[in-house]
Amino acid sequence: MTENFDIVIVGSGPAGLSAAARAAQRGVNHVLFERTDHASDTIYKYQKKKFVMGTPDVLPLQSDMRFEAGVREDILDTWNAGLEEHSVNISYNCEVTAIEGSKGDFTLTVNGKETVKAKHVIMSIGVQGNLRQMGVPGQEWERVQYQLDDPLEYEGETVVVIGAGDAGIENAIGLTAQNQVVMINRGSEFARVKQGNLNAIMAAIESETIECYYSATAARVEPGLLVLKTPEGEAEVKCDRIIARLGANPPRRFVEACGIKFSSEDRSALPELSATYESSVEGMYVVGALAGYPLIKQAMNQGYEVVETILGHPVRPADQALLEERFAAIEGMSVDEVLEAIQTNVPLLSHMSRLQLREFMLESQIHRFKPKDTIFERNDFTNSVYSIVDGAVDIQINPNDPSEVVTLHSGAFFGEMGLLSGRRRTATILAHADSILVETPRRAMLKLISSIDAAKRVIDEAAIARQIQTHLAPNIDPALLDEVVSTATIESFSAGDVVIQEGETSNDVYLIRSGSMMVSRRIGGRDVVLSYIPAGNYVGEMAMLTEAPRSATVKATVASETIRIDAGAFKRLLEREPVLKREIEARFQDRLVQNVETEQRPDSGDIIDFLVNQGLGEATDVLLIDEALCVRCDNCEKACAETHGGKSRLKREAGPTFGTLHVPTSCRHCEHPHCMSDCPADSIHRAPNGEVFIDDKCIGCGNCARGCPYNVIHMAYPPPEKPGLLQWLFMGMGPGPGEDKTPREKPAGARETATKCDMCKDISGGPSCVSACPTGAAIRVKPEEFFSIITSTKSGRA
Amino acid sequence: MHEGFLVYGGFRYLKLATLLSVVAIAVYGWHVPPDEPNGGTWLGYGLGSIGAALILWLMWFGIRKRRYGTTDTLQGWLSAHVYLGLSLIIVATLHTGFQFGWNLHTLAYSLMMLVIASGFFGIYAYARYPQLMTENRRGVTTDEVYNEIGELDRECRQVASALPDAIASLVLVSCNETRIGGSVFRQLSGVDANCGTTRAFDGIRDLASSAEATHGADIRKLISLIGKKSTHLRTMRRDVQLKALLEIWLYFHVPMSFALLAALAGHVLSVFYYW
Repeated sequence: MTENFDIVIVGSGPAGLSAAARAAQRGVNHVLFERTDHASDTIYKYQKKKFVMGTPDVLPLQSDMRFEAGVREDILDTWNAGLEEHSVNISYNCEVTAIEGSKGDFTLTVNGKETVKAKHVIMSIGVQGNLRQMGVPGQEWERVQYQLDDPLEYEGETVVVIGAGDAGIENAIGLTAQNQVVMINRGSEFARVKQGNLNAIMAAIESETIECYYSATAARVEPGLLVLKTPEGEAEVKCDRIIARLGANPPRRFVEACGIKFSSEDRSALPELSATYESSVEGMYVVGALAGYPLIKQAMNQGYEVVETILGHPVRPADQALLEERFAAIEGMSVDEVLEAIQTNVPLLSHMSRLQLREFMLESQIHRFKPKDTIFERNDFTNSVYSIVDGAVDIQINPNDPSEVVTLHSGAFFGEMGLLSGRRRTATILAHADSILVETPRRAMLKLISSIDAAKRVIDEAAIARQIQTHLAPNIDPALLDEVVSTATIESFSAGDVVIQEGETSNDVYLIRSGSMMVSRRIGGRDVVLSYIPAGNYVGEMAMLTEAPRSATVKATVASETIRIDAGAFKRLLEREPVLKREIEARFQDRLVQNVETEQRPDSGDIIDFLVNQGLGEATDVLLIDEALCVRCDNCEKACAETHGGKSRLKREAGPTFGTLHVPTSCRHCEHPHCMSDCPADSIHRAPNGEVFIDDKCIGCGNCARGCPYNVIHMAYPPPEKPGLLQWLFMGMGPGPGEDKTPREKPAGARETATKCDMCKDISGGPSCVSACPTGAAIRVKPEEFFSIITSTKSGRA
Repeated sequence: MHEGFLVYGGFRYLKLATLLSVVAIAVYGWHVPPDEPNGGTWLGYGLGSIGAALILWLMWFGIRKRRYGTTDTLQGWLSAHVYLGLSLIIVATLHTGFQFGWNLHTLAYSLMMLVIASGFFGIYAYARYPQLMTENRRGVTTDEVYNEIGELDRECRQVASALPDAIASLVLVSCNETRIGGSVFRQLSGVDANCGTTRAFDGIRDLASSAEATHGADIRKLISLIGKKSTHLRTMRRDVQLKALLEIWLYFHVPMSFALLAALAGHVLSVFYYW
């Protein structure tokens, strides 16, 4: 007999559990189907004792299930207790294989045979999907596994890890502690993995800790043996265990088979949902990670809300109170009215679904400005983006004359240049009229750009026009730039890519909008570096002006983006604008002189090369030591330790030296910080003066330390209380002034956190390492100043 | 871009110190004391007060140096410390009125001149040795060299395991009886007359001629390994020597200035006691 339910919930992750608990609480006839023999499989498969976060912190939890940040085991225990407490009707080992029918009369097939009937279906199956199997003869061997809970469970074995993705690499590295590890990579290199993992696996292969087969695939398995297909023929690997991390088949095919439409063919596309999470199939709802909400709290709230919606109860979204608070600056409008106004007025934000916009607004701020209020100032290092919901703002386009302004009106946005280039604000902006602005922080903006193509297009189009205006022709009427702007294109380069090749006959001009470039020329059979050009400058004007072949090669020093400006359009502009033409020619002559100077001192090119290799191409502020002045007193390290709770973030001696110019191991405060890109707790920020710092939200995951190519982030336990001078002197308590106070062993209950240079942002005298240097050997340098170091370098003395 | 402490601020403190000295000399030349020039005239008291104040302020540098996260730079302080310290030669000498004797007053003066002399060496050391250190190390860090030496020792032991005991025991001498640094004298000398590695090298060279032909290849390898180690040892001993030279004068400069402080206190007290 087929059972009948009001609500069937598929998948017992946070969203499914929360929905089922709500249904149980409301006394609804329900069932929760779980494919495995335990609830919440994704979290169940986390590494033991993994710390699970409760982000976003501001979002309240609205669910019958309890949840707070903590270790995996505690969270699973709490949920299992919740299942009992609410008498949730959960069926384990039940995989739903098909769903047919329509609202009020769905038929679900379980494990391919039994069927149940449901009036409503809630899909909360996450995005984990089904793990891919090896699909080769012999894979039934009981020591072939597709996941690894605890790498320390195995000892003294030879383990083969198949699959060179992040999961495979993390497993392989974890296993090396106690086992011999062999890695099988289908490709010829490790592509599309996190930088930190890439560094770790390359180091392990280099040091022969891990043996790696490239371009190899599994052919068959025999107990104790894996046979590989390699370009050189078959190879046999003896092993005690095979761990295959081949990814998962995404659940999309199944979801589509149930009739649910996705927004596009794109791999990252999400199911089309209404504001109440209802899919294109009436009566079928999608919540949690599958709906595009990977955070536990969001998923749980949605589970609760969706059951209330089905039952026809009024739902007050969990974020309602927060949004009301956010929107308090605008009186007399409800949350929905404000959201509506934002979406109708600001094209940049109009492509988001209402749910996405709510989330976006939780991370953003609404400001109200009066005329003449300063929104931000030129040379600030902030990187948020503002959208004008109502009112207008004035951009001061001429730093020398504040009265020269361009006015932006409602619907426009600004501040994207700082976001894109990672550099200081290029202009001061004041409110023109009573204005309502949405300020969005860097992270939320990057999420918007990467997830919504239309938003990226809107930003790019505006950015091209503004960047050309700012960096190339600040005093020209924007209307005259139309032809140049409309023919301009954005081009991206990886570190080391050639932008312009010496001798070629192209003559377009490149405006560097992010990253930096190095100009070199081939002299006497070797590449001599002529100059270093940071973002905000252009290259390639020589060939355009002289119509000669390219006189030098331009390479990207780091991942960079340029705006390529069509030579013809640019020349026509110069013909019309003699003043601009003279400026560009003057700049051209300066460069010629500079190149001649550099060529006369070939070692200065080597210094540029050296500095660029040390990451100065992406730095905004870097510590340089002149070893001819440095008396090795280590007062810089002591000062760093003394001003940062006893832990120095600087290693003076470590790091490379060129001539007497030494680049110590210390943060470069990169334009687009590598550390910031993968911080799950969002605790790495850039301060208004450009300092990249870690706040106390750090959870100690170590992603930043692994991601930093310059090894300047260290994981450290909090240092012990600093003893008073007399206590130290007479009682021998704790470490003395300037001494390293890092605990060698883990103090009870302590958690490691990431520490790095914050450029002493809270100390009025600036970086202590510099102010404590007795001889002037330590200085901090910005990219604009690099060239003056090079020109002042004489006989190896900087 | 980089600017040393001597040229700091466009020689601001050199100018100040020169001005102080020139004014002191001019006033000394113009002033006609009641009898002969000495510390007891108004000018003598004036110069003495300036000198004593300068000494106290110069000694404050030791405390200032250990205050971190300040708004001014230590470099500026050092620059001032050096030039105003040197101006004491003029100020204090004029204060004496060239009256010297075997007494506490001249003791204080002598101590001061010794402190300044050691400071002179400090300036020389700071100007000369940093560059020599960099050239000596050729861009390699101390840790890297020590690791390399450890690695060479490991290889030597491995090669020696197949060689006769006489040679193997010399390898152990090289591994176990090599010291870098040590006593102050040893640090400053930059060499070790009794270096285990040198002894092993000489011993193995002597034994090499009488060794069996089958051991030839291993012995040659050993000699080249120990030779490489000797080069590293030379580099590190030179590094230690230069570091010691950069620091040794402070062990003189600082205690002497405390002795000076005591003598100065005695000088000032006795002057007022016998007034």
